[in-house]
Amino acid sequence: MSTMWAASPSEVLMRAATKAAGRRRSVARRRMTLIAGLAMLGVAILAVLLAPVLATQSPTAIDALHPLAAPFTPGHLLGTDQFGRDLFSRILYGGRIDLAIAFGATSVTLVGGTFIGLVAGYLGGRVDSFLMRLVDLFFAFPFLVLIIAIVAMLGPSIFNMFVAIWITSWVSYARIMRAQTVVAKKQQYVLAARALGYGPLRVMFRHILPNTASAVIIFSMVDAVGNIILAASLGFLGLGAQPPSPEWGAMISDGQNYILSSWWLATIPGLAVVFVGVAFSLIGDGLADLLRAGDR
Amino acid sequence: MSVPLLTVRDLHSYLATGQGVVRAVDGVSLTVHEAEVLGIVGESGCGKTVTCRTIMGLMPTGTLYASGEVIYHPHGEQSILNARPSELQALRGAHLAMIFQDPMTALNPVRSIGDQLLEAVNAHARLTRPQARARAIGLLERVGIPAPARRMRDYPFQFSGGMLQRALIAIALASSPRLLLADEPTTSLDVIIQDQILSLLLELQQDTGMSMILVSHDLAVITEVCDRIVVMYAGQVVEEGTVADIITAPKHPYTQALLDALPQGGQRGQLRSIRGSPPSLIDVPDGCRFAPRCRHVVDQCRSWDTELIETGEPEHAARCWRQAELGRSEAWQSSDSA
Repeated sequence: MSTMWAASPSEVLMRAATKAAGRRRSVARRRMTLIAGLAMLGVAILAVLLAPVLATQSPTAIDALHPLAAPFTPGHLLGTDQFGRDLFSRILYGGRIDLAIAFGATSVTLVGGTFIGLVAGYLGGRVDSFLMRLVDLFFAFPFLVLIIAIVAMLGPSIFNMFVAIWITSWVSYARIMRAQTVVAKKQQYVLAARALGYGPLRVMFRHILPNTASAVIIFSMVDAVGNIILAASLGFLGLGAQPPSPEWGAMISDGQNYILSSWWLATIPGLAVVFVGVAFSLIGDGLADLLRAGDR
Repeated sequence: MSVPLLTVRDLHSYLATGQGVVRAVDGVSLTVHEAEVLGIVGESGCGKTVTCRTIMGLMPTGTLYASGEVIYHPHGEQSILNARPSELQALRGAHLAMIFQDPMTALNPVRSIGDQLLEAVNAHARLTRPQARARAIGLLERVGIPAPARRMRDYPFQFSGGMLQRALIAIALASSPRLLLADEPTTSLDVIIQDQILSLLLELQQDTGMSMILVSHDLAVITEVCDRIVVMYAGQVVEEGTVADIITAPKHPYTQALLDALPQGGQRGQLRSIRGSPPSLIDVPDGCRFAPRCRHVVDQCRSWDTELIETGEPEHAARCWRQAELGRSEAWQSSDSA
């Protein structure tokens, strides 16, 4: 706004009212991001849960007469792969695995990393030094190499992929949470809480956590996308879901051999990954705006 | 009146910082009696807040080096300075409570007032939900918040500064503490609200019979509310006594200068300030710490320090070896004009 001076008070009021209305609209628009993200994720979850109803065939059923059928072939909405398995059904069932990774792997690392960061930041001293050196140790390794090493050691399976993600991904949460906690710890409301005789656990979880949780929650949305892509990558490398179980990454991997002749084999699972990824990103953005708006 | 509740004996709180050791509190002794309001006055950085926080055990453990004794008499004759954390935790809130300078930051911004008040009510007592809620609403009503049941749902940003300080007082009093440490409770409030909060504190103190330590840099506030005053300068107590003694017959040049600096109602003219600034608490000068700013300084003051010396009045002592020589308050006034 260049100037607030106007010819008359009524004009000032009008300008202010216009501005206020604009601000309300922008708040609504920010909410829209969140709602759109939740809606997209809702569609994905519903589709995956209703897979037995929606799927036209079993994901592993082989239609030997129609291998590599193009999308919109009668009976095969999204076409078939090289074995004649229905791509639409495989996408639906495969989504179960990918969404399970998004939620299962992310929630555990979110909770674990947050707890460790909170304890390290609040207690400080040796506990903090020890935990943060441990975090540094994990960060020192290339992330994917570490995951691959763990999966290779435990044997390739979906559960072992979860374990590998649990072991390695908590470090980001711990680091974010520790930084936030160190700042919050210096706030007067923490001092006031301690002056009332509240114990360290109460101060940590009821006074510091509500003020610092937004950062890790927002990060967890980004991380969920990362985990889906990671699962896809591991599937692509043959370390995740094992054939014949459908998984988007594994499907992309299978499809690459036919990329020039049957592009849909790799592209459609890729689009599914993008769809869920965008949903999580929108939720993350929307939450960030919403939680930050609370400060104002 | 004469039963001691809290005794602080020769308290030293040294803080390890990057620049060196800050001797924030250097040999402070004070006593709070039952049902008494003790004022601690002094300019910024003289150790008032550090004294309070050391008593409460709220100083950061990594940087604080403390010695001396803090005895809370109902808890026994053992110093609580080295008490186990769990023991201290049981005392804080239930026996010793503290309210802070800036009410805007002393409440958790993301939790409602009622939530935080209920937490305080439940912290040291076993109450059913309706009992706790009734007590919380009663407390809010007691500190003068209108429509308390409705305001329980509000968040701190929906309260004004004065209302927040009221809510904080309600939280501090939730477990009926025996001693309330009020660390500059009115500094960030405007004068009207300041007056309301002070009368509220005094009223609550008289109703409950608790003791109170009121910390302020404002001598006017202190004299209005307190029974006894402790004047601090550069981490030390320089004078203590009853309000009447301190106001009418201050013995320490610093107390005198503080009183002189109070604006006189109805009189225009230059405000009188104390020249110079307090010494660094890292490189503490030899001799009397006030010597560089004292109007009555002589050479000996710069080389040797004294302890608190009884003035002859009951419970009145000043840390100035020339107090007898410098005479009574009348003499002060004349030496001013000379």
